[in-house]
Amino acid sequence: MTVMQEIKKAFVERVDENELMNCMRCGFCLPSCPTYIQSGEQEIHSPRGRIAMMKAVRDGMIEADEEMRNSLDVCLGCRACEPVCPAGVQYGHLLEESRAILQEHTAYSATQKAVRHTVFHELFPKNKQMNRVVNLVGFYQRSGLQKGVRKVGFLKLFPKGMQEMERVLPPVQKEKKRQYEQKVFEAVGNKTATVAFFAGCLMDTMFNETNRATIKLLQMAGCEVHIPSDQGCCGALHGHAGEKDQAIEMAKRNISAFESMEADYIVLNAGGCGAYLAGYDHLLKDRGGWQTRAHYFASRVRDFSTVLIEKGLEDKVNLVYPSTVVTYQDSCHLRNGMNVFHEPRQLLRQVEGVEYREMPDASGCCGSAGIYTIVQPDMSLKIVDDKMEKAITTNPGVIVTANPGCLLQMKVGIERSGLAGKVEAVHLADFLLEALS
Amino acid sequence: MKPEILEQLKQLIGKEHVQSSSASRLVYSYDATPGYQSMPDAIAVPGSTEEVAAIVKMCNENRVPIIPRGSGTNLCGGTCPTSGGLVLLFTRMKSILEIDEENLTATVQPGVITKSLIDAVEERGLFYPPDPSSMKISTIGGNINENSGGLRGLKYGVTKDYVLGLEVVLPNGSIIKTGGKLAKDVAGYDLTKLMVGSEGTLGIVTEATLKLIPIPESKQTMLAVFDSMERAAEAVSSIIAHHIIPATLEFMDKPTIKAVENFAKVGLPLNAEAVLLIEQDGEEAAVSKDMKKMQVICQERGAISVEAAKTPLQAENLRTARRTALSALARLKPTTILEDATVPRSKVAEMVHAINETALRFNLTICTFGHAGDGNLHPTCLTDARDKEEMERVELAFEAIFEKAVSLGGTITGEHGVGEMKAPYLEWKVGSAGIEIMRAVKQTFDSNNIMNPNKIFGKDTRKRLVVKS
Repeated sequence: MTVMQEIKKAFVERVDENELMNCMRCGFCLPSCPTYIQSGEQEIHSPRGRIAMMKAVRDGMIEADEEMRNSLDVCLGCRACEPVCPAGVQYGHLLEESRAILQEHTAYSATQKAVRHTVFHELFPKNKQMNRVVNLVGFYQRSGLQKGVRKVGFLKLFPKGMQEMERVLPPVQKEKKRQYEQKVFEAVGNKTATVAFFAGCLMDTMFNETNRATIKLLQMAGCEVHIPSDQGCCGALHGHAGEKDQAIEMAKRNISAFESMEADYIVLNAGGCGAYLAGYDHLLKDRGGWQTRAHYFASRVRDFSTVLIEKGLEDKVNLVYPSTVVTYQDSCHLRNGMNVFHEPRQLLRQVEGVEYREMPDASGCCGSAGIYTIVQPDMSLKIVDDKMEKAITTNPGVIVTANPGCLLQMKVGIERSGLAGKVEAVHLADFLLEALS
Repeated sequence: MKPEILEQLKQLIGKEHVQSSSASRLVYSYDATPGYQSMPDAIAVPGSTEEVAAIVKMCNENRVPIIPRGSGTNLCGGTCPTSGGLVLLFTRMKSILEIDEENLTATVQPGVITKSLIDAVEERGLFYPPDPSSMKISTIGGNINENSGGLRGLKYGVTKDYVLGLEVVLPNGSIIKTGGKLAKDVAGYDLTKLMVGSEGTLGIVTEATLKLIPIPESKQTMLAVFDSMERAAEAVSSIIAHHIIPATLEFMDKPTIKAVENFAKVGLPLNAEAVLLIEQDGEEAAVSKDMKKMQVICQERGAISVEAAKTPLQAENLRTARRTALSALARLKPTTILEDATVPRSKVAEMVHAINETALRFNLTICTFGHAGDGNLHPTCLTDARDKEEMERVELAFEAIFEKAVSLGGTITGEHGVGEMKAPYLEWKVGSAGIEIMRAVKQTFDSNNIMNPNKIFGKDTRKRLVVKS
């Protein structure tokens, strides 16, 4: 069997025909798709076009050639097409399965193989490795190396997306400072819930401060916060990049780590991870006994903003911030995957001194999308520049986000539009904690 | 397509604007019509009228079919390239060229998205009423070619009522201008009206001058629930008989209400047989007066409940019921076939009954919603294209529905167009002499039959069924 025949066979066996049939090609998804708009309305970069190609490969009408692969690579996976789809097509699932099939049938060069292995199998699944890399970043920043490298122009050797990212990485804390002093954080005042905190990989290393802020806010809202050990990366990056088997292993590890704890909720502060955790039941749907366990896990996943609203944080504390205009950039997966968009806005409106202004198209993807900034720098920068134009119309002092990728991307956008120093990008948890103190 | 033709195309408009890979041909092989798919040979994206003219002339000389395409949302197979050929896109011709506030006109290129035109004119206190349900996606060029309708059709008319002038590239490559910024113009045949709704079979629209009107100052919304279709229909007739023309007069039948309630939980009573969404716009005092009158009429005609919105948010909630109709229905089955049989509004109740009976007779799920005010119904069949036996019954059912509509003085399509899907039924509506003269028009414009071939004119006419009721 040729590779193309194998791919077709895999599409027949694994890509859900009913889901493909559910797409009625009405085109309602087109205006919601950032890559369709930014590519000058090319159907090949639209959800409708991508689904049609998946079906055509399955039906043997076309082969999964380079152009189709590129179309799936260009997709941000933001899932903005899902809420607007009249037929309720689960595009994200179709995309993930198709990417997995194509990835399994890709002949990578030795270098590509090595990079993928390091990133997907060594770095993200292993807390120790992640810590080491982030330590390096910290060393790089503190040692004066960062200044030197920037001066010499060494970064020009790297892809555009990475250059932009390098400038906006947050100052990294030393590893010792990142370790939690305790496994359980007591509720402040009357205990209203027991929650298990999902710390995440990047969030817990690069954005450790934000995790601490989140825990504190949960405590103030009356939650007893546990941090189960043995948890790890959620696997979203793997799933989105077609590394499905690795993603499943990571899901199993997290399910095991959290199920012994009878927590009311599994809480986190990264929309991208949250939507993936909440989809574990789909990921493990054909895995025997795991399915029930995955369902139980997924049903308890909540974004921290949902929990803060539910537990009435505003009645328990005073939130005050120096008079500022604030706008909010949705995290795609928080909004389209977890249906959370009202809560962060409500929390911001509760802060005294904040004048909340909604930016046009706040729900549109910022172009961050996991490792998209690095693998599709041109499209990513186009999208973030467009996003900044819209954000600026609100004349904001602060742009708040609810996901680490979006946060970095907003920082990139601010740098690129020459607003550094005038506009700040802040994670919702950090913003609220500042309003608290 | 011969390689030398592809080469010529690239020379005419630049190679970056011509595509012919299998993936790019695949994504222009369909529109929103279930059951239609066929690959074009190539795709061209011209940037100007002159480029369009050059392409058309070359295709005419080489007998290459041309299929103009907006956003591919049409529901009659009109933009499916069923005889191959060249798909023409207008994504590089999407400027609003002028909004003339003295003459109240807008001049646009065909690729402008309908909703962006509506937004642009509304910013200046002006109004472009045609509002097809796909207006966020559809293009003005597509709307003109299909003569699209919409929810505001009853009071404000449809696309043809707003097209004042066109620039058209004819199949021989010559460029004509019809009409203009004129309210009155009787110089010769009205080619503007002929082009509107011609489904890309006569020429390529490259520019349009559209009529604008002042935007209504206010709008109010209410929802009336009935326990019989007849009572709802009587209410519709009575509203019109009282000389009120509402801005919106939409209805949903029982199966649709059930689907909407299951999906959106908007609080519709499940024993309801029909729901009417009624809106009026205009000067505030006049709107309030009309709304009060319509409320009384609905109650007199036996409405179970009439709910008037007091705030914009409430109005939005009432509209949700009607707006989610398609979403609620589309997710019930894999294939959704949305038709648009249309009857005089006095026959709406009779037509809805006939549709429900037909569904029973052929053992199908058909839900009907639509524009009660102008008699434009959307019987929507929920089925599965993979079930061949059921698909045959679907076809028979729609034949019965078309037949009934025509016998009531209606038409086979109110706003979706004939395309390829309804071509076999066109004669039922216009008669054989009607077809003959239409064919003669087509022949005069396009003697080589390169402009969107197979559309409007079918190979055979379906034999009419005898409907026993």
